[in-house]
Amino acid sequence: MNDPALNPAAAENRAQRTRRLVEQSLRRRYRAERRFRAYGIMAVALGLCFVGFLFSSIISTGWTVFQQSYLRLDVSYAADVIDPDGSGDLETIGNADYSGLIKAAMRKQFPDVEGRGNLRDLYRLASDGGQFDLRERVLRDPDLVGKSETLWVLADDRVDLYMKGRIDRELGEDVRGLTDQELGWIDRLVADDRLEKRFNRSFFSNGDSREPEQAGVWGAVVGTFLTLALTLLLSFPIGVAAAVYLEEFAAKNRATDFIEVNINNLAAVPSIVFGLLGLAVFIQLFGLPRSAPLVGGLVLTLMTLPTIIIASRAALKGVPPSIREAALGMGASEVQTVMHHVLPLAMPGMLTGAIIGMARALGESAPLLMIGMVAFIVDIPHGFTDPATVLPVQVYLWADSPERAFLERTSGAILVLLGFLLIMNATAVILRQKFERRW
Amino acid sequence: MQTSTLVLVLLILAAVAYRAGRMRSLALVGGLKGASKLHSRPGYYGLLTALWCAIPALLVLGLWHAFDGRIVTDLVIGGMSAEVQALTPDQLSLVLNDVRNLVAGAIPAEMASPEARAAAARYVELQSLSGLAAAALCLSLALAAGAFVWLRISPSLRARNNVETIVRVALIGCSTIAIFTTIGIVISVLFESIRFFRQVPVTEFLFGLQWSPQMAIRADQVGSSGAFGAVPLFTGTLLIAGIAMLVAVPVGLFAAIYLAEYARRRVRAVIKPMLEVLAGIPTVVYGFFAALVVGPLLRETGESLGLAVASESALAAGLVMGIMIIPFVSSLADDMITAVPQSMRDGSYGLGATQSETIRRVVFPAALPGIVGGVLLAISRAIGETMIVVMAAGLGANLTANPLEAVTTVTTQIVTLLVGDQEFDSPKTLAAFALGLVLFLATLSLNIIALQVVRRYREQYE
Repeated sequence: MNDPALNPAAAENRAQRTRRLVEQSLRRRYRAERRFRAYGIMAVALGLCFVGFLFSSIISTGWTVFQQSYLRLDVSYAADVIDPDGSGDLETIGNADYSGLIKAAMRKQFPDVEGRGNLRDLYRLASDGGQFDLRERVLRDPDLVGKSETLWVLADDRVDLYMKGRIDRELGEDVRGLTDQELGWIDRLVADDRLEKRFNRSFFSNGDSREPEQAGVWGAVVGTFLTLALTLLLSFPIGVAAAVYLEEFAAKNRATDFIEVNINNLAAVPSIVFGLLGLAVFIQLFGLPRSAPLVGGLVLTLMTLPTIIIASRAALKGVPPSIREAALGMGASEVQTVMHHVLPLAMPGMLTGAIIGMARALGESAPLLMIGMVAFIVDIPHGFTDPATVLPVQVYLWADSPERAFLERTSGAILVLLGFLLIMNATAVILRQKFERRW
Repeated sequence: MQTSTLVLVLLILAAVAYRAGRMRSLALVGGLKGASKLHSRPGYYGLLTALWCAIPALLVLGLWHAFDGRIVTDLVIGGMSAEVQALTPDQLSLVLNDVRNLVAGAIPAEMASPEARAAAARYVELQSLSGLAAAALCLSLALAAGAFVWLRISPSLRARNNVETIVRVALIGCSTIAIFTTIGIVISVLFESIRFFRQVPVTEFLFGLQWSPQMAIRADQVGSSGAFGAVPLFTGTLLIAGIAMLVAVPVGLFAAIYLAEYARRRVRAVIKPMLEVLAGIPTVVYGFFAALVVGPLLRETGESLGLAVASESALAAGLVMGIMIIPFVSSLADDMITAVPQSMRDGSYGLGATQSETIRRVVFPAALPGIVGGVLLAISRAIGETMIVVMAAGLGANLTANPLEAVTTVTTQIVTLLVGDQEFDSPKTLAAFALGLVLFLATLSLNIIALQVVRRYREQYE
């Protein structure tokens, strides 16, 4: 009875009904379609918003770090302070009271300020760091003793914050950290053109410091460079060798399978576990020094090896078998084939992988906390066993500091870090585009 | 002799050995014209000599360095008085530190005791002796091994094959480093954990509800009994990871679906890298962002709504961690979705399904195993993430499910227990290794399951 051939009218009826049903539901289905698509767009937009928010908040707090407030002072290198016996002995000159010279210059600037408390407030407008600049100038040129010159001296971090508009003068004295009197002095200095923002040299040349205005990233940059240099030096050759073995020579058996499983798992082990390994093995067992780029480099090597091996294997897989067959056909041995033909062709891909691995190592801080690279280190490291810190750990240290001025330093250090990452990733992309060959 | 100079000298020796080996092979057959009589090309004879010259000496040098510090200190202690030798290891290390500082000139000689001064003198003497011995041993070994091969060079020596064997062995050695790393991790974490579990029972650690790892210096001090119940840490970790997944999975998944199925090729080429920027940002930057931007923002919003939000709330850390994981989820899901064969979509369209119906009923179920694997990997990453929680989550162990309160996590505790100087056998530091063991096992099993699922799924369509 349901056979349409037997009952055309009923079939017609059914078809119409189906059609009606479909048309009725079509609106709902199209609405669902639009909704679903909107979810997708929302997700993408949300992701992009996060990117935008992250960068804008870091750049807006960090870009001012490239400038720093300096005071223009007429410093007189009084001979009786620097070199009382006139001997010209560098040690005496080095030990002189240079902060006294800055204080004297400040006093000269404000002859009307009296009373110990007021004077102390006045002196605090200049940074402690200025004395080291003076000392260095005099040591470099001892003829300056007895003369005077006008130079730019680092201002205190509170003055700097005010100059950058981060302290609202409408607030109460205790909230803003600057008294009305101090604000008055600052206004006078600004009116006299004796206080202005200039390029922040010390941020790029100093090591860490407890005083925000003196703290710089150079120590961390050098530490990062030493650590990463060691990491690259170890992980790239080892990683390439391992990849070559696994891809070109290894027989497919249990042992190689086991190695592969290990590599894949290590790639996903949390980085802090590598820190524990470094602490227990390199520091406790081998007795290597704490806080040293040597140990940091070793730990990061173990951490980046899986990444480099996986990338290098992908690069080797990309070399077509015909190249190998041609070399073998010409009588080259297996090792010669790989060393003379396959490896050079895979090298751009391997280098790209290595740069990406290095970029990850550059941003890594958790394992380095474990091996003591979080110490407060003022000196610029000079070797692989000197105590050092790295950029991301410096960011962590500064982010923990209570002084408000460190917020700007932290964002500034992040900007420097992101700058390095950008350069590395851009190099990887360019390398890939320039040398990648499609066979 | 300094190690670096020694290595340099060895490398120069190796270069000389290369020349010597090459020359000898050529000399044996009467110059370049007779090179065809050699088994291998002349360079291989040189290379073989150089490798024999350098490798054994460098290995010995490495071993020497691994052990000489310990032997020298043992000898120095052995030379000191009986009282010193009777000291406990802690006190002994203090004495040794004094001696080392004296050697380094960090403390002036007048300030030290005569015994320490004598020990320092002996230390310097032994060190220079050890350096000289190492140099003598390595150089003579290099010369002997090089000369041995050099003398054996003959036209029938299979130099190329020998060199290639050495290369192969080196390659195998490099590829086993991954195994040694795993073994190193397991051993270092396991041994310290066993020492910890001798002092604190496993059951107390795994099921205890109290976590306050400070050990008292004196027995009668307030709060002297450290409590090592790790449940609050586990719940804290899961809470933060859960919040992160609530952010990352929907956003990452929908972004992947949109980019893979809807977006035009051009849009995709622009937006995908922009999202992946999130994956390249160092975690410490996220930590900064969570602690100093998102945390205060949430607290202010909470205040205006009349909610008490802790400044180190689980919500802030979880949200930011979720943002960090978005590109991870989306790129894995993208892979899985694009791996679904087009024929399945075409079949669905042919039956009259709309695009979203096709995605929901056909593409998504087909890609599900792979996506589940990706999400498992993401969870493992969220659990092991350190910097965000160290900077933005609390320190106090708090057994709560309220995302507005501060909780602490396994990784945060590892960092706080181990940062700074510490003695290596207090339960406090050992607890960090026990936590590390739990973390390692948890992430390892998640990874193994996830990789298995992903692999099986890939095989299905490839």
